[in-house]
Amino acid sequence: MEGVDRHFERMVHEHKDRVFAASLAMTGNRHDAEEVAQDTFFRAYRALMTYPPERVRELKEKAWLHRIAVNVVRNRVRRVRPRLVELNGSEPDHSPGTEAQAIERMQIDELATRVAELPIRFREAVVLRHVRELSYAEVAEALGQPVGTVKANVHRGLKLLRGDDDEHADD
Amino acid sequence: MNTLTTDLKRLGAEKAPRGFAERVLGQVGMADSYARFETVLGDVFVAWNRLGVSAAARSASAAEFEAWFQKDVGRPLLAAEAPADLAEKIQDELSGKRRMRFDLRGLTPFEQAVLRKTRQIPRGEVRPYGWVAREIGRPAAVRAVGTALANNPIPYFIPCHRVVRTDGQIGNYGGGGPEAKRAILTLEGVRVKRLEELARAGFHYQGVRTTKVFCYPTCHTGRHALEKNIVWLHDAASARAAGFRPCKVCRPAVAS
Repeated sequence: MEGVDRHFERMVHEHKDRVFAASLAMTGNRHDAEEVAQDTFFRAYRALMTYPPERVRELKEKAWLHRIAVNVVRNRVRRVRPRLVELNGSEPDHSPGTEAQAIERMQIDELATRVAELPIRFREAVVLRHVRELSYAEVAEALGQPVGTVKANVHRGLKLLRGDDDEHADD
Repeated sequence: MNTLTTDLKRLGAEKAPRGFAERVLGQVGMADSYARFETVLGDVFVAWNRLGVSAAARSASAAEFEAWFQKDVGRPLLAAEAPADLAEKIQDELSGKRRMRFDLRGLTPFEQAVLRKTRQIPRGEVRPYGWVAREIGRPAAVRAVGTALANNPIPYFIPCHRVVRTDGQIGNYGGGGPEAKRAILTLEGVRVKRLEELARAGFHYQGVRTTKVFCYPTCHTGRHALEKNIVWLHDAASARAAGFRPCKVCRPAVAS
């Protein structure tokens, strides 16, 4: 029990930024992103409690956490439709940064919103491959899909984001 | 193509908001929350987690409490809104109406045994350190009992103020010195002055002639005895010699 707690605490500190960034790109706003990221770690903890020690040791943490995050997002989408996101941000900016930082943050939030509007299968693939920069093999593992499918979905997702998708009619 | 993937990379470099790790750890009971509560003892900072109340102190400021918690308990800590019923539970616990759950992880089994035994001392009564040591089966560990009580992370709630010196004097107190200890005991209905006078005169037990039972002076079983039936006793041996047996409630000595 004590061992799992230490392990989990380290895992949170090591992966919190990664999981949050992926959640931000998948949900499109910081409030939902925090909820998803928090829920991801909560599920990870509950799973760790049930795993035998060898399994905990051999865990590929990055891919594993992303897989959980993806599932959290999928379940949310099933539950409620993603709400409309205010582009100019409804939440206050805590960090007293410079104007340049504020603009950068706005641009990032805007991009996150665009990513979040992609259909879920393209979104997951793009986020893991290009936001989280996992290899195709790692993305395939995290999503439980063949590499070919992942590649096709990444390609299609990027195309949609660039706005030059002419095969979009069937969606 | 390049600008888009560069932008996506930048999105990937976003950091989790401040306090995120503490909130995550708090959710699974690995970080504690705390708030300040107004109590019968004045303002008290109280920390809690899903296992129960984990620490309490009458710190001068939130920063002082955080620093003490960090040093003493060592888990992540975050200021929080208290759950709706916690303030009431705290009042009830401090006035002896209810028993809360406590989180004593991180203490040694010996320290836990000392604190659990101390919780059994009723409000309005006191017991010597030696009594705690004997009751937990470590009669020689009187000093270690004192140390364990001095390091009690949840004073007031776990009533270490109800444990006094074996010679009957009030003794020291980590929760604010002997004066604070006297004040809290008085608040709980202990006649501290009288207790200290008795101790100075060398009387540690009260015997009741009619029942032939001897008790600690604050034990509630002897409280209604008539003044004329009370005898004051120096020690257990002379009490037994005079035909008294030890009280089964406050257990001033083990019945033989």
